[in-house]
Amino acid sequence: MSVIEKFRTMEYGPAPEDPKEALAWLDHHNRKFGHFIDGAWHAPSDGKYFQTADPSSGTALAEVAQGSAADVDAAVKAARMALPAWQKKTPHERARFLYALARQVQKHSRRLAVLETMDNGKPIRESRDIDIPLVARHFYHHAGWAQLLGQEFPGYTACGVVGQIIPWNFPLLMLAWKIAPALATGNTVVLKPAEYTPLTALAFAELCNQVGLPKGVVNIVSGDGSTGEALVKHSDVDKIAFTGSTEVGRAIRKATAPSHKRLSLELGGKSPFIIFDDADLDGAVEGLVDGIWFNQGQVCCAGSRLLVQESVAEKMIRKLQARMSSLRVGAPLDKAIDIGAIVARVQLERIDHMVKQGIAEGATCWQPEVLMPSRGLFYKPTLLSNVHPTSIVAQQEIFGPVLAAMTFRTPREAVELANNTVYGLAASVWSESINVSLHVAAQLKAGVVWVNSTNMFDAACGFGGYRESGYGREGGREGLLEYLEPAWFQKSPVPKKSGAHKTDYAEVATPGIDRTVKLYIGGKQVRPDSGYSLEIRGKKGELLGESPLGNRKDIRNAVEAARKADSWSKTTAHNRAQVLYYIAENLSQRTGEITARLSAAVGKKQAVEEVQKSIERLFSYAGWADKFDGAVHNPPFRNVSIAMNEALGTVGVVCPAEYPLLGFFTLVLPLIAAGNSVVAVPSETYPLIAGDLYQIFETSDLPGGAVNIVPGRAVELLKTLAEHDDLDAIWCYGDAEMCATAKALSIGNLKQVWTNEGRRIDFLETSQSEGRWYLEHAHQVKNIWVPYGE
Amino acid sequence: MDTPKRPRLEITDRQGNRILSEAASGQPIIARLQGRELTPNRGTSLNLDWVEDVRVNTSAVERRAATLVTRRTVKKDWQIAWLLRAISCMDLTTLSGDDTEERVKRLCAKARQPLQQEFIEKLGIQELNLHVGAVCVYHLFVETARRALEGTDIPVAAVSTGFPAGLSPLEERIAEIRRSVEAGAQEIDVVITRACVFAAQWQKLYDEIVAFKDACGPAHLKVILGTGDLLTLRNVARASMVAMMAGADFIKTSTGKEAVNAVLPVGLVMVRAIREYAEETGMAVGFKPAGGIRTAKQSLEWLSLMKEELGNSWLHSHLFRFGASGMLADIERQIEFHITGRYSADYRHPIA
Repeated sequence: MSVIEKFRTMEYGPAPEDPKEALAWLDHHNRKFGHFIDGAWHAPSDGKYFQTADPSSGTALAEVAQGSAADVDAAVKAARMALPAWQKKTPHERARFLYALARQVQKHSRRLAVLETMDNGKPIRESRDIDIPLVARHFYHHAGWAQLLGQEFPGYTACGVVGQIIPWNFPLLMLAWKIAPALATGNTVVLKPAEYTPLTALAFAELCNQVGLPKGVVNIVSGDGSTGEALVKHSDVDKIAFTGSTEVGRAIRKATAPSHKRLSLELGGKSPFIIFDDADLDGAVEGLVDGIWFNQGQVCCAGSRLLVQESVAEKMIRKLQARMSSLRVGAPLDKAIDIGAIVARVQLERIDHMVKQGIAEGATCWQPEVLMPSRGLFYKPTLLSNVHPTSIVAQQEIFGPVLAAMTFRTPREAVELANNTVYGLAASVWSESINVSLHVAAQLKAGVVWVNSTNMFDAACGFGGYRESGYGREGGREGLLEYLEPAWFQKSPVPKKSGAHKTDYAEVATPGIDRTVKLYIGGKQVRPDSGYSLEIRGKKGELLGESPLGNRKDIRNAVEAARKADSWSKTTAHNRAQVLYYIAENLSQRTGEITARLSAAVGKKQAVEEVQKSIERLFSYAGWADKFDGAVHNPPFRNVSIAMNEALGTVGVVCPAEYPLLGFFTLVLPLIAAGNSVVAVPSETYPLIAGDLYQIFETSDLPGGAVNIVPGRAVELLKTLAEHDDLDAIWCYGDAEMCATAKALSIGNLKQVWTNEGRRIDFLETSQSEGRWYLEHAHQVKNIWVPYGE
Repeated sequence: MDTPKRPRLEITDRQGNRILSEAASGQPIIARLQGRELTPNRGTSLNLDWVEDVRVNTSAVERRAATLVTRRTVKKDWQIAWLLRAISCMDLTTLSGDDTEERVKRLCAKARQPLQQEFIEKLGIQELNLHVGAVCVYHLFVETARRALEGTDIPVAAVSTGFPAGLSPLEERIAEIRRSVEAGAQEIDVVITRACVFAAQWQKLYDEIVAFKDACGPAHLKVILGTGDLLTLRNVARASMVAMMAGADFIKTSTGKEAVNAVLPVGLVMVRAIREYAEETGMAVGFKPAGGIRTAKQSLEWLSLMKEELGNSWLHSHLFRFGASGMLADIERQIEFHITGRYSADYRHPIA
């Protein structure tokens, strides 16, 4: 074709990035990679390899080791061996290594970008301009945290050996999100890259050696799901950090339940993209391009559900279709391509299948007339309109370049539709009104909300989800806390069985004695559904009284009451503080009688201490209620990035047996100070404390439903709480078995679980039993990005 | 999508008759936008709702402008073709206090032959008869330029209406346009009264531009918004809408004399306004970024902005112009590099 013809057609023509250097690197390794363990390459123990290929052409790139349980074991051992020396290094020394890694990533940025694009299929523009620069930024940012660790997190220590499993959609970026905070906090790492995209992780391993990172601090074991499973189940791993599907996240939660392994999960999403009638519609169109056609839509936080206000819907769809027609689909290494290849055939088939099902369920499918490559795994940008909330394409994650569009009439309906999902990862809100934007942002159940923008990421801002999008955050201060634990907690003993005695309950028909303790649900004293009571006996076997026997129906009613108690979460922090002070006041007035009754169960000395300490703790949390502030972050953009501490919602609490009053307050107070509503199962040793508690609550202006108390058999009620899909979290204080039960049964809605891991906590010791560590678990952070400018 | 429709903007022509947005009969088709045929701009009545409806989110515009140029690139022969296109869309301009007739004649000679004959032959593009889009001068040199360009179809453009401030009395500004048209200018670049934008005096601004348009007669009206003075992107968008309703054939960013001249975010906002106007009225308006565009790379960025946001129709000189004086030299160097494989130097190319 002559220059003249090109002058007439004004097409773009090809603009390929040269893969020569990346291919030379593969050749240098003879296109065959072992595991990176203890600073050296090791052939897989059973000699098995698998192939990784370029999805845009099907061309094989290299053979990669398939990790067996033995390989994982070798890697964990190396990480364990390396741990003491790594922890002994000063924060400054660790900071130097992170800084060196950041530099090294930058120095080899183009090779890493090309390698990523070849292995994954994403456009080179994205790996070059987005993925790799964010990788470097993550290591720089965490070099800073490594340096400041001692000053900013006094009293905290690393979890230990961390197992990390990452997905194929942002291979090196997810590696950075995992490894940088882990190293900065003094952990050692075994990381498993995704089966489809192992190459950049292996290239990173080489960078670790180049900067002289001590052997065994970072280990990379490649493989499929079975390798990941071996890592999850390894007994000498202290924490698992996982990014991937909700389904696998569930399995990991279950598999790690019996162990003390900490867990952070970054899972799927079906993020809403909300456009109001006063939005810059052209801006919103570009937002959608960055939202759903970024990385072929294979993004956990992709804005895959378009919610557009009815009055501008037609115009918006027209603009969107015009824009979709100018998207270029093709060879990922072409520098002028918008949409590259889908990572694997199975994923392409899944997308196609879901779109067909969506159409069968009534959606209208529109695809632009764009040129498509003749081979390789590609999917056209797709718009599904007339989608109803019931459709599979509105509910399930497609993980492809497919947008499902719906309309709404009012802001309230927008929020309702946006939150009508089991997920809660991210959301995008478009409006030129700051009132509308922030009003909606505050109500969205999502860990990240982008106002008039989308898919913005930075190491300084936490990223992570609500609901079944997982728990834990990556990035920012909250991200570091996922890799840290209070030093005292790690040292706390794990008794074989809970120290407190348990009454051997005998069920008796309620005889109606002088003091009848009831359940406390929705601000009312109610009889137990079972119609049974339990005899509660003191240490010497004397009858102390009879406690109602709560059952699963009582828990159901209590959770309903807690869910309705939204006046508590909406009231001001100042008001919550006032109520907590008032509770302290009323407890103080009843000190004599409560101490007397409690003495019969726990002895006079402890009873006196419990009451006094409880009053003190009430004051502490009254103080905290309006002081546990969020933050305004400093990402490298012109915007206000607000990290808001939000309540979790409704929380089930299983209280410790041994401190009937103080144990109850230790767990319930941080939760209600944060604005959560609670369903609590009081101490099994002395559940009669419920009678005193609700009388105090009733006289202290605590709104009904904010705290609900259901006495009964802890293990039994724990199961109902853990399985309840309308609880956002469960806190369980008990023996190791109970803690494992809480974790294992929480997988239905992937509620957050916080337990004492069977350890004994000193409730009388303030440093162990109140403050930030508790409040951090009582909140989740929502990051709201608000770019500005005129 | 099955939703109630917002009442479409009522678009009427200057006589108050409803504009049939499907191309008015007898009008030439000058562009296509998403498959739809567009006619030249005949203006509309002033629709204030439309002006007030403008929504521009600055940071979203900046993000698009920043990534647009990283999403697209042209290489090799394609790049050469695009650079030739940039030349064909260039308003070769001299607007200095020290301009003389000889200087203008030299400029016109360059306009006729922007590339060395040797390059033309090596590229095999003789049949393109490549020349720039127009020559742009002060009124004083319109006649000189017209004579120097005789025998070509290169139009002469005159800056007018008290350029660059635009603050002389309205009658004088109108008279100035008439004189330039009489002297042979086929295009008139006018500046708006920026104060009208700051004070939201849309009717006054509209009336002023309508008067300019009437004074132009058959000559094309290019309306300079002075975007560096208007400062906010919303102001740019509103002024763009008013200028188009008043009948502008082109909207143009700047005089080249402001602190900030043609930059991509501003261009993006104006181009989107052109698209909005075309979608609602079926009429096409041209775009001219001016000032601050000096490199071949920039010219490619602007062309790709036009192609992405408006389509290929806006890659022709009847709908797109660069106001630039220095850009051609850099394009020549790039073309020589393409031909020889060696990096070029300024002095190797004849100056304007």
